[in-house]
Amino acid sequence: MIKINNLTKVFDSADSEVTALKGIDLHVHKGDIYGIIGMSGAGKSTLLRCIALLENPTEGSIEVNGSDISTLKGKELIQHRKQIGVIFQGYNLLMQRTVRDNVAFPLELSNVSKEEIKKTTDRLLEIVGLGDKADFYPSQLSGGQKQRVAIARALANDPKVLLCDEPTSALDSLTTKSILELLKEINKNLGVTIIIITHEIGVVKSICNKVAVIDSGSFVETGDTKKILTDPESPITRLLLGMTEVKG
Amino acid sequence: MLDLLIQNKDMFLQGTWESLYMTVFSTFFAYLIGLPLGIWVYTSAPGGIAPAPKTNTVLGWIINIGRSIPFIILMVALIPFTRMVVGKSIGPTAACVSLIVAAAPFVARLVETSLEELDGGVIEAAKTMGATNKQIILKVLLPESIPSLVRGLSISTIALIGYSAMAGAVGGGGLGDIAIRYGYHRYQQGIMIITIILLVIIVQIIQCLFNFIARKIDKRTI
Ligand SMILES: Nc1ncnc2c1ncn2[C@@H]1O[C@H](COP(=O)(O)OP(=O)(O)OP(=O)(O)O)[C@@H](O)[C@H]1O
Ligand SMILES: [Mg+2]
Repeated sequence: MIKINNLTKVFDSADSEVTALKGIDLHVHKGDIYGIIGMSGAGKSTLLRCIALLENPTEGSIEVNGSDISTLKGKELIQHRKQIGVIFQGYNLLMQRTVRDNVAFPLELSNVSKEEIKKTTDRLLEIVGLGDKADFYPSQLSGGQKQRVAIARALANDPKVLLCDEPTSALDSLTTKSILELLKEINKNLGVTIIIITHEIGVVKSICNKVAVIDSGSFVETGDTKKILTDPESPITRLLLGMTEVKG
Repeated sequence: MLDLLIQNKDMFLQGTWESLYMTVFSTFFAYLIGLPLGIWVYTSAPGGIAPAPKTNTVLGWIINIGRSIPFIILMVALIPFTRMVVGKSIGPTAACVSLIVAAAPFVARLVETSLEELDGGVIEAAKTMGATNKQIILKVLLPESIPSLVRGLSISTIALIGYSAMAGAVGGGGLGDIAIRYGYHRYQQGIMIITIILLVIIVQIIQCLFNFIARKIDKRTI
C-alpha cells in the first residue's frame, strides 16, 4: 500500500548540506505494523515527515495505493494529508481546547456538521478509553492520556495509515505498554496500517510484524521482525539489540 | 487635596473621560492595523507557514521605522495628515490619529512575539490534518495564543495611556493636558499630583483586570 523508491532528502542551507536520507526503499503492505528503528540522527523523523507530506523529497517517489504523492501541491496535497494520521512524541495537542474539541479539530477543518462531530468524537474517545475525560483540558491529563487524545484525533479523518514518531519515548514502561496495546487494537479492529518510528527495540518486539533498521540515512536491514531479532545481520542491529560486538 | 479634587470635579471627570476615550479608541484601531500586520510578519518569516523573505523584510522595516520615531515628533510631523483625516489638529479625536500611527507597529511586534511563543509542533500537527493556512491562523495561532495576546493588549493599552497624556501637552486634551496647563504653566502642584494619582489608578485597574482575564482564560493552568 505504501511503496517508497530511492527516497533521498538533502537539507540545503547557506553554509552546510546534510543528506538526511539516501536511497531509501520501503514496501509497506496493508495491515502491517512496520517498525523503523535507528539511533538518534539516523533520519527516522525525516523519513516520517516525507511520508506525512511535511517535507519534499529531494529525489525518489512515495506511492500510496499506486499514485505518487510526493509531488502533490495545493488542494490535492491537503486532501492527501487528511488520509494520513500522524502522532508525535510531544503529543502536539491544542492546549486551549478540551479533549473532545481536540478530537473534533480535524473534522472542523472539513466542515463536518455538529451532530456528526459529536457522534464521531464520542466513538473515538470510547476507542481510546477516554470517554469520561471529554471535557478535560490537556493540561489536566497524564502523558499517556494525552497520547490517547492524539491518537483519537489522528483517527478522526478515517486514515488508512497511521504514522507514529516515537509515540512512547516520553512515557514510562507501563504506559508505553498500554499505548502499544491500543495501537495494536486499532490496527486489528479498524484495519489501519501503522508505521512506527522508535529507538527502543522493545517497541519493535512487542507490536511490529516488519522492521527496518536505519543508520546514517540508509536502511541497513529490513524484513520480518522475528527473523531480524533472532538472526541480525548488521552490526547496527546487534547494537540496538544489545548484543555484544564480536570482532573477528 | 480632597477639596481641590471636589472643587475641580468636573474638570477631572472630563479629563479622565477624554483620556479613556483616546486610549480605548486608539487601542482599538491600533489593533485593527497591528494584529493583521503582526500575523503577517510572523507567517511570512523564514520557516513560517507562508514564507516570503522580501515581504517579511519590508514589513520589518516599516514596523521598525514606525517604532523608532519619538512620539512627540511623530505627532508634530503628522499634523497635516491629521488635519486631512479629522479636519482639525487639536482635541482628543485629532490626538487619536497620531496615537494609532504610533501604536500600530508596537502592537504588531507584541502580536508577533505572542505567536512566536507557540510550540511549532502544534502547527505541524494541524498541517498533517490538512489545515489550510487560513485555518491555521484562525483555529490554531490565534486561539492558542489568546492568553498571551491579552497580556499584550494590557501592555499596549497602558503604553497608550502614557502616549495620550503626552498628546495632552500639545492640545490633545485629557489628563495630560490638565497636568501641563495647571501644574506646569500655573504652578498648581496639587492639581498635577491629582492627575498623576488618577493616571496611576487607571493603569493599575487595567493591569489587574487584563492579568485576571489572561489567567482566567488560560487552560494550561487550571
Ligand atoms: N530541517 C532540517 N534542516 C537541516 N538538517 C536537518 C533538518 N531536519 C533534520 N536534519 C538533519 O537530518 C539528520 C536526521 O535527522 P532526523 O530528525 O530525521 O533524525 P532522527 O533519526 O529522527 O533522530 P532522533 O532520534 O534524535 O529524533 C540529522 O543529522 C539532522 O541534523
Ligand atoms: Mg526524530
